[in-house]
Amino acid sequence: MSMPSKNAEPHRQPPLLEVRGLCKSFGQGRSLGQALTGRSGNVLRAVRDVSFAVRPGEILGVVGESGCGKSTLGRCIAGLHAPSSGEILWQGRPLAAMGGRRTASRLIQMIFQDPYSSLNPRMTVGQTIEEVLVAHRLHGGGATRAARVDELLATVGLSPRHKERLPHAMSGGQRQRVSIARALAVEPRLIIADEPVSALDASVQAQIINLFEELRDRFGIAFIFIAHDLNVVRHISDRVAVMYLGEVMETTRADALFETPRHPYTRALLSAIPWPDPDRRTTVTSLEGELPDPLHPPAGCSFSSRCAWAQARCHSQRPPIEPYAEAHDVRCLRMHEIA
Amino acid sequence: MSGSPPLLQVEGLVTRFGAVTAVDGVSFDIRPGEIFGLVGESGCGKSATCRSLIRLFGGASAEIAGGSVLFEGNDLVRLDNRGMEDIRGNRIAMIFQDPMTALNPTMRIGEQIAEGVRRHRGLKGEPARREVIALLESVGVTSAESRLSAYPHEFSGGMRQRVLIAIALACRPHLLIADEPTTALDVTIQDQILKLILRLSKETGLAVLMVTHDLGVVAQTCDRVAVMYAGRIVERGDTRQIFRRPAHPYTRALLDALPAHTGRGTRLKPLGGEPPDLSAPPQGCRFHPRCAFATEVCRVEQPSLQPIESRHDTACLRAGELGL
Repeated sequence: MSMPSKNAEPHRQPPLLEVRGLCKSFGQGRSLGQALTGRSGNVLRAVRDVSFAVRPGEILGVVGESGCGKSTLGRCIAGLHAPSSGEILWQGRPLAAMGGRRTASRLIQMIFQDPYSSLNPRMTVGQTIEEVLVAHRLHGGGATRAARVDELLATVGLSPRHKERLPHAMSGGQRQRVSIARALAVEPRLIIADEPVSALDASVQAQIINLFEELRDRFGIAFIFIAHDLNVVRHISDRVAVMYLGEVMETTRADALFETPRHPYTRALLSAIPWPDPDRRTTVTSLEGELPDPLHPPAGCSFSSRCAWAQARCHSQRPPIEPYAEAHDVRCLRMHEIA
Repeated sequence: MSGSPPLLQVEGLVTRFGAVTAVDGVSFDIRPGEIFGLVGESGCGKSATCRSLIRLFGGASAEIAGGSVLFEGNDLVRLDNRGMEDIRGNRIAMIFQDPMTALNPTMRIGEQIAEGVRRHRGLKGEPARREVIALLESVGVTSAESRLSAYPHEFSGGMRQRVLIAIALACRPHLLIADEPTTALDVTIQDQILKLILRLSKETGLAVLMVTHDLGVVAQTCDRVAVMYAGRIVERGDTRQIFRRPAHPYTRALLDALPAHTGRGTRLKPLGGEPPDLSAPPQGCRFHPRCAFATEVCRVEQPSLQPIESRHDTACLRAGELGL
C-alpha cells in the first residue's frame, strides 16, 4: 500500500531539530561519609553525548530499557530539564536563545505515558484545552475559541459532547486523545511522545498509533516517539535510535535496524521481543545479566559487561559512534568484525 | 500430556463484585506440566478468574456465585477456609505483576523464602538455609549465598520477580498461577523470566496458569490458551490453532491490531470502541457492539462455547459461516 502523503525522503530536508553532544547529569549530593572525607558526591550521567537530527514530518523512534535515559532526553528537548552540556538547535538556531519556554512550547509539545496523571482531574476536557488557547493568547475570545476546541476534539476523534466530561469519566484511550488535542492546540511542529501507548490495551493502542500517523500526514508534525515496545516503534518510525546507559548505541532507518542490526545490544533487544507467532518460539535467553549500576557504568564500552562479543579492548576503550553504512551509525569497536 | 487427567478443572465459574459479574461462566482445564494462557484486555475478568481459584481478592468484597473448581480431588469453591489455606501456597502458588508490593520491604530476602520452606516443608536451621540457597540458584540468582541478607529494595525488578518465583517454588506447588508476571519488566528481563518459567515447567512438571494481555507472551510460552472478553471465554484451543485459525472475531481483531503483524507503511486495523461496562453488559453476544460481523441474532442470543475443530472451541453464533 502506498502512502503518498508520507515524506518520501525526509532525510534530504534540512533538520527541524538538531541535538549536538547533549549531556544531562543528576547530582545526588554528598553523603556524610563523602563530606567528611572530602570526596565529591555521586553523579548520575543520565544522557551522555547524544547527537541526532529530526526533519520536518519525520518520526524518530527512541528505544531502550528503563534507565537508558530516553525519557530524560525527551524532557531535555521539551525544556523540562536544563541540559548539562551540548546544544539543541531549532532550524539551525539555538533553541535556548529563541525567547524562552513560551516560544519553545509553541514549537515543541510533549505527551506522556499516563494521561490520567497529566490531566487536571478537576477540569473538564473543554476547560483543559481552552486553558492552553488562553495561555498562548490563541483564537481570540468566546465563540471562535469554542469552535477551535471543537475542531481540536474532532481532529483526535472525539466529539463536542466530550467537552463537559471530567478525565475520570473517560477511558484510557479517550484520555490519551485529550492530551493529544491539548498538545495540538498550539499547532506544534514537533511532538515528543514518551511511552504514549504503553498503558493502553492492544486494540486501543492501535487506534492511537494510527492517530499519530494521521497527524503526521495531515499537519506534517515531526515526532520523537519514545517507547520500549520495539514492535510499535518499528511500525511507526522512519528512523530509530537505540539507547543504553545514556548513550545512543545505534541509529539508522527503521527497516535497516530490524533487518540488519549491527550493535550486539540491538540484536539482543530484538531477539528478546516475545514474537506473537507460536511457530517462531525461542528457547535461548537473549541477554544474560542485568543493567549495570548507572552510577558506576563499566569502563570502556557501556555494554561490555553483558556483551557476548566483548574483548579486552572493549573493557578499556570507549567506542565512538561512527558510520557503519550510509545513514547507519553504530557505537561498537567490533562492528565490522561481528557478522 | 494430552492423555493425563486434568490437574485443575474449572467449570461454569461465576464471580461477582457487588453488582458486577466479573467472571461469568468460565470453564477450562489444565493438565500437569502444561502452560495454559488466559489472555484478554484489562477488565476482561482474567485476573478475577485466577483470584477466584485461590479465593484471594485483596480485601474486595467478592462472592463466588456459581460453578466448581476441581483441583486434585477437592472442589475449591466448597472447601472451608482452613482447607483453602492448606492448598494455597502449598499445592497452588501465585506470582503477581508487581514484585515489589508482593514482598515484605522490611524483611531480608533469605528470611522471606525461609518462611515458606519452614511452614510448608518443615525444614529448620542449616537444612532450611541450604534449601533457600538452592531455590535462589534454581531461579537464576547468582552468588545466592551472599544475597540472603539483602532487602527487596536492593534488588532490581527482575531479581525481585526471581525471588517471588523462588518463594512460590519453596512449597513445591503443582500449579503456579502467574498473573502478568513480566508486564512491569523490561523486554530483556521479561525474556529471562519467561525462559525461566518454561524451564521450570519442563524440568519439574509444574503446571502454569499464565495470565497476560500480551499475545507475544502467549505465543512464546503457552501450550493452550483461552481468550476472555467481558467476563467470558470467547475462544479456547491450542496456541497454534488460535494464532493460525482464529475462529472468533475478537481474537481475529486482537491479532490484526498487533504492529508486528502488519508491515510498515500500512495502517493498523484497530478494533473500534472500548470494552463494555460490566455492571450493564450488552444483551446477546457481549462483543456484538464492536463486531464487524454482527447480525440481528447476535444482539439477542447469547452464544456458548462450541467445538469448531478438535480441541478448539469458540463462542460465536456465526463461527461456521465466517472465514476468519
